[in-house]
Amino acid sequence: MSPLLNDLELTRRNGYLVVMRILVIEDDKETASYLIKALGEAGHVADQANDGQAGYDMAMAEDYDVLVVDRMLPKRDGLSLIAELRAAEKQVPVLILSALGQVDDRVTGLRAGGDDYLAKPYAFSELLARVEVLGRRSTPKEAETVYSVADLELDRLSRKVRRAGTPIALQPREFRLLEYMMKNAGTVVTRTMLLEKVWDYHFDPQTNVIDVHMSRLRAKIDKGFERPLLHTVRGSGYVLRDDG
Amino acid sequence: MAKSGFSRLLRTTGFRLTAIFLAVFAIFAAFLISYIARNTTEILQNDIRRAVDAELAAMALQYERGGPTWLARVVELRSRQPGASLYLVIGPDGSKIAGNVETVPDEVLASSGTDAEIVPYVWLDEEGSRRRYSALVRVVDLPDRMRILVGRDISESEQLVRVVRRSLILTVALMVALGLVAWLFVSRRVLKRIDSIAESSRRFAAGDLAGRLEVTGTGDEFDRLAESLNTMLNRIERLMLGLKQVSDNIAHDLKTPLTRLRSRAERVLAEGKSEPEYRGALSATIDEADQLIRTFNALLTIARVEAGSSDAAFSLFDAAAVARDVYELYEPLAEEAGVALRLDSDGPVMVRANRELISQALANLVDNAVKYASEGAARPQAVIRVCREGGRVTLNVSDNGVGIAEADRTRATERFVRLEESRSKPGAGLGLSLVSAVAKLHGGELILGDNRPGLAAALNVPEAAAGHAV
Repeated sequence: MSPLLNDLELTRRNGYLVVMRILVIEDDKETASYLIKALGEAGHVADQANDGQAGYDMAMAEDYDVLVVDRMLPKRDGLSLIAELRAAEKQVPVLILSALGQVDDRVTGLRAGGDDYLAKPYAFSELLARVEVLGRRSTPKEAETVYSVADLELDRLSRKVRRAGTPIALQPREFRLLEYMMKNAGTVVTRTMLLEKVWDYHFDPQTNVIDVHMSRLRAKIDKGFERPLLHTVRGSGYVLRDDG
Repeated sequence: MAKSGFSRLLRTTGFRLTAIFLAVFAIFAAFLISYIARNTTEILQNDIRRAVDAELAAMALQYERGGPTWLARVVELRSRQPGASLYLVIGPDGSKIAGNVETVPDEVLASSGTDAEIVPYVWLDEEGSRRRYSALVRVVDLPDRMRILVGRDISESEQLVRVVRRSLILTVALMVALGLVAWLFVSRRVLKRIDSIAESSRRFAAGDLAGRLEVTGTGDEFDRLAESLNTMLNRIERLMLGLKQVSDNIAHDLKTPLTRLRSRAERVLAEGKSEPEYRGALSATIDEADQLIRTFNALLTIARVEAGSSDAAFSLFDAAAVARDVYELYEPLAEEAGVALRLDSDGPVMVRANRELISQALANLVDNAVKYASEGAARPQAVIRVCREGGRVTLNVSDNGVGIAEADRTRATERFVRLEESRSKPGAGLGLSLVSAVAKLHGGELILGDNRPGLAAALNVPEAAAGHAV
């Protein structure tokens, strides 16, 4: 059993796993079938469309939780497909895959109605993490003012954090980091995602700065408590969850 | 060649302009000639008219004083003077009484009393030759049904008008001729310069990247054109060289790890026995691939920044805030590495720039500073300082690490250059070249200095004009 699946089993056992219906619109057959297989192993149900037109028809006909759309597709290009879905009031979250990774390409992609953008080549763990975070949007957490995992509580309005009733003082950036982790509790988030969503940086710092921030945060919320909540997922990133 | 050369001259803008100007001047000159000629004639004829009138008045006076006989005598006397006017006294029966005119057409005599008019006449000289002239004559009735005619020759004034007209026409002709010559000369010269520009461009396009357009040093419009074209050629050459360097470097720095990756896979395939061995080899392969991807992305970013085509999403923002964000990002890392990282900035400094790229450049500098300070110094420290001076905003990052030897500083900003001391460290050696490219994109530069000990890197960009809203 792979380390990824070990982790997956843990998640499943704790009831965090949400099975998602995912549509992969990708014209490269090998990539597509690899994605379908790997997403299936991760516990999701994935369908495949080989070109833009078929992808559009399937997305309109079925209710998917997430679409994974390649930017360059035969018959209908990825961006116009997304724009058309949005025009038809189809609000399904979309992850764009593209060989173009520059900031302006990303902006174009997001402006066309995409929700997240992943440049090729990517690690599958990165794609899976992003798909799962996107899929969770269907269960909106935006409206909640208090996030809680086990005995950890974060109040988004008063910007206070408590663990087992004890207040924890966090720097503003640490607060945002924890807020993001708690919003996506149970879902693995990657370092790149954290850099993008918490720091709004879309480049690759040469040194892994995120790890140090994480260990600081861990020292503040986990130190002195019996059950650690912030876990490192080898080869992927981090997850905040109660392992029970 | 000569013929095609001339037809090329005819097709120049210079020729068209010259032709238009010549036409305009010719029309103007024609107008001037006719205007002057008419006015001259009028002035001269008015003078003559007045003289004729005065003479007629005098004659009338003589007639009053001495009657027809006296008048006849006076007329005879005057007629014989050299350069005399034309005179004719006619009796009641229409016969000539006195004067130097033999016959007069009847319609002229019939016009007596009216204004003077121009009539042609024939001059009979001693040799009997006949020459035609024009004269301004006036006929006046005297008492006793006598009439007197006085006239003056106007050939002289007509001659003058002719002379004026001829000289003006000559002038215009000369002007046209000189204009054509000047045009020929100027066009040839201009064509030569243009040809030289075209020739140089052709050579450049054909691959002679070192060739430049000739700048004569006169500072005329062609020099200005040549200078700006040369600037363009310099840029193209730099881009081409950059491209060549990229491919050379890709060959070197991407092929080496690719080879390593491939041979490892090969070896494990040949020798590997246990699953842990395969597993280890595969994860090493993935790590290597990640590093390759990272290098490749950095290269692409630099190439795009250098080409200036990052669709440069420029916006107005506070450079000090960007520095604070980067400081916050690196502060835990520095602390872990035992480096005292400090941020010095005094208030907001606005710049118009690509925020993402400036952040990335600054992050690269800080990353380097922390890395080198942690290795070289007894009490490692790194300082980020934001200051503005003389319309420029400078982001300084200094450390007290090993620094870069003066001789190596320029080379350090080139792609893939890893100075000897840093060869073993991670990072593809693209950090400083990216910073340098970002600085250039914003019209600034990256200056590497000595921090005694350590490196002082200064990235400067122009400050946004005050009150310049987005």
